[in-house]
Amino acid sequence: MALPKYTEPHYRIWHYTYIFICTCVFFFLIAPLFVIFPLSFNAEEFLSFSEGMKNLDPDAFSLRWYKDMIYGTKNPWGLAAKNSFIIAIFATLGSVLLGTVAALGLSSRHMPYKGLIMATLISPMIVPLIISGVAIFFFMAKAGLAATHTGIILAHIILGTPFVVITVTATLSGFDHSVTRAASSLGSDPVNTFMKITLPLILPGVISGGLFAFVTSFDEVVVVLFLAGLENTTIPIQMWTGLREQLSPTILAVATCLIILSTLILVTAELLRRRSERLRGINR
Amino acid sequence: MSSETRQILTTDGIPLEVSLKKAERKNKIKAFLLVAPLLLFLLITYIFPIGDMLLRSVDDKMVTEMLPKTFKSMEDWDGNEMPPEEVFEAFYLDFQKLVEEKRDGKLSTQLNYTKNGFKSILKKLRRKAKNFEEGNYKEQIMAVHKRWADVEYWRAIKRRAPAFTSSKYLKGMDMYKNEEGKIVSVKEDRRIHRVLWLRTLEIAFFVTLLCFLMAYPIAHLLATLPMKYSNLLMICVLLPFWTSLLVRTASWMILLQQQGVVNDFFVMIGLVADDNRPEMMYNKTGTYVAMTQILLPFMVLPLYSVMKTISPSLMRAGKSLGGTPFVTFWKVYFPLTIPGIGAGCLLVFILAIGYYITPALVGGASGTLISNQIAFHMKSTLDWSFASAMGLMLLAGVLAIYWIYNKLVGIDNIKLG
Repeated sequence: MALPKYTEPHYRIWHYTYIFICTCVFFFLIAPLFVIFPLSFNAEEFLSFSEGMKNLDPDAFSLRWYKDMIYGTKNPWGLAAKNSFIIAIFATLGSVLLGTVAALGLSSRHMPYKGLIMATLISPMIVPLIISGVAIFFFMAKAGLAATHTGIILAHIILGTPFVVITVTATLSGFDHSVTRAASSLGSDPVNTFMKITLPLILPGVISGGLFAFVTSFDEVVVVLFLAGLENTTIPIQMWTGLREQLSPTILAVATCLIILSTLILVTAELLRRRSERLRGINR
Repeated sequence: MSSETRQILTTDGIPLEVSLKKAERKNKIKAFLLVAPLLLFLLITYIFPIGDMLLRSVDDKMVTEMLPKTFKSMEDWDGNEMPPEEVFEAFYLDFQKLVEEKRDGKLSTQLNYTKNGFKSILKKLRRKAKNFEEGNYKEQIMAVHKRWADVEYWRAIKRRAPAFTSSKYLKGMDMYKNEEGKIVSVKEDRRIHRVLWLRTLEIAFFVTLLCFLMAYPIAHLLATLPMKYSNLLMICVLLPFWTSLLVRTASWMILLQQQGVVNDFFVMIGLVADDNRPEMMYNKTGTYVAMTQILLPFMVLPLYSVMKTISPSLMRAGKSLGGTPFVTFWKVYFPLTIPGIGAGCLLVFILAIGYYITPALVGGASGTLISNQIAFHMKSTLDWSFASAMGLMLLAGVLAIYWIYNKLVGIDNIKLG
């Protein structure tokens, strides 16, 4: 962003102001995440930087909160993590299955009432979560699925499918349908064509939709708060209770792990997006 | 011509037109069958339950079912004078049945909602009714307490006769139906819901505005920088986007608390005194700061994807035609980014208006929104019909915004990252 030599002074000032503003905004976006790392290694029980930490005294840092997270007595995090992963994995599988099939139908040019159906399918993304929570709770209570894993998984499938539908329809919009026609003309049945031709081509879209669904489920707290019983506690619920009741540094240890997890997901999502763009021939 | 086209036949001897239509229909059914599982699933588990909320929110059958005979006998009563003997008899019979089934407590709670003072006189009636003699119930009931001889209380019972009510919606707007059946507002100092609606709108509006002001420059920078730098900076937007909402809220709680990093910094640069640290959390400030940071990526991403498509040669053309950088920006660049602004603002506004977690954690009493009130009624007061009514009012607002947006910009412009 070097400026040419002939730039007039007041534009020069404006340009540096602009860079300064951008830097501040980027700082505002990213810095809050980094305050968690050092504090999660705090040797004391407070959530602020102790004098020792400020002076980089090695004794002021410790792994005790990580130990507490894993081995702590009456510790809810193990159960919560197990539940969170089970629920998120099944919810992702369900969302991907239902969403991909629906996206295939929606991308067909023969689809009747496309607008209306699309609006219905993505409505869980549009409707504020609290309303979804109330509605889903009423259904699950009637169906006898409140406070069960099945109920929460179904709820997360509802919330996750719109993301899969959107990403897969977007991938299919650049899809060259002549390749599937070529496969059919060579004698392949529709299922075989889908598995061998269509799926490998739209896979990046399917996986990135799946990632969205996974993160939605893994991070979801509003609906789970209505649905979960003691046995179904998840990581977000434990964090929610922890943040409301007593802020213990153990939460920060968990948060650090979650940030690492989200970094991994981010990297995967980015790689997939680039691959998908390459496959679809979008060059920037 | 038309007779000729009709003569074109397929190999099976069926006219081509018919055969084509058949194939078309088959394709339609095929496409629909693919969508059907998800559609059915969502209809059953999601769309119908929202309809169920609607029923719940207007449902007032509870009292109607508890006093069936009373309401039947009240049909002919005009409500001007004391009701006739049949009404008293019917009420006595209904009430005795409720006492037997131990449901009279519910009735007294419900009637007390309509008019204060029912609780005590129903309790008294229950005690005395054991010794009632057959016949002439009017005098016996009126003798229990002087309020039973007050026509106002009988009118209050009659008001509960319809099986449906709009009272929950009125309550959501701090209004109620008074004794004459007119809709009036509650006293000024008790209008809690209006305050909440206004605050929700205010916070959603300012958060959207702040997000827009912050997102526009960085989206522009990301779109104009060379790829290798912008990819690196993009991480600053995407990492918060993918990070758990609770983690981000937790980090703000650490930053904004009184002994927190932000306050430490203010003390260090001498902005505030150490013993006079400002309260930045558990109030509106906390809600504003945390929500803006959390929703910022939702504004940056649509803006970025639109700005990316604007060719830099347009700006150069504008400048070469004599426009100053500011004029070219305002006349050429800015109008082209409007679809992105629309999408980003819509997304942020709608997310903000229904926000629950962050305001509940950092908002305190003065920074909570309408969603928190809905959750409160779902979990604490268990007034589910009121929670449903409030939820549907919020939903109606959100759908109205969508509708307006769709008319103005078109919903297809929304992209995900």
